[in-house]
Amino acid sequence: MDLKLDHHTRDGIEIVDVEGEIDVYTAPRLRELLIELVNNEYYQLVVNMEKVEFLDSTGLGVLVGGLKRVRAHDGSLDLVCTQERILKIFRITGLTKVFGIHDSVDEAIKARKSEK
Amino acid sequence: MATVEVSFTPLPAHVRTARLVATAVARRSGVAESLLDEVRLAVGEACSRAVEAHRLYCPGEPVRIALTERPGRFEVEVTDTGVAPDDRPGTRDGADSRQLQGFGLAVIAGLADRVQVSETAGGTRIMMSWPSSGGSS
Repeated sequence: MDLKLDHHTRDGIEIVDVEGEIDVYTAPRLRELLIELVNNEYYQLVVNMEKVEFLDSTGLGVLVGGLKRVRAHDGSLDLVCTQERILKIFRITGLTKVFGIHDSVDEAIKARKSEK
Repeated sequence: MATVEVSFTPLPAHVRTARLVATAVARRSGVAESLLDEVRLAVGEACSRAVEAHRLYCPGEPVRIALTERPGRFEVEVTDTGVAPDDRPGTRDGADSRQLQGFGLAVIAGLADRVQVSETAGGTRIMMSWPSSGGSS
């Protein structure tokens, strides 16, 4: 499998663990999962990208789409990413300003909780 | 001057194939290790655009990528024969797709050392290049 997806609930927030490559071929599966989660009323999401080996603009589009969907329900979508080579594409497109990007799932949950 | 050419059926699964080949040839051509991630990403973006264009307008036609080692330069040329999709109806995802197209070119421009995009009535040609140490011939 080029892309492995998993999710679990922690402190009322849904953590989505992504492993592998997110590109034009695999991104639709992530998109479907995010849509499914929102349909099931999970509006506070944290996408853990620490095991992502590749992310392209299709993947970015899916994440932006997910952010829009949860925001329509006053929700949130934060990212966990410390890998510079993955952060690079966020910087180039200016999306570092759009997403909350944290160093760990714990940090992401803490940041989200303190905002509420 | 060595050239590797790959022509592939416009399937999303083959964008990764093109990335892997391009990265391998770039490394062989003497592109710095620190730039290989940029090559991988930029080539992936160009091929993704080409694949989407072909899937919409000419799914039976292959997408072509040419990798050329020039003195001090590694060049990648991706050509598609899908007519540039601006506001054409029938784009699969509407807003998501358009956003993706915008991102794709922005990413390529931000990564490649030199980029040239030529759009003609017959399709699009994206030329990208990076400095190389000449590598093996």
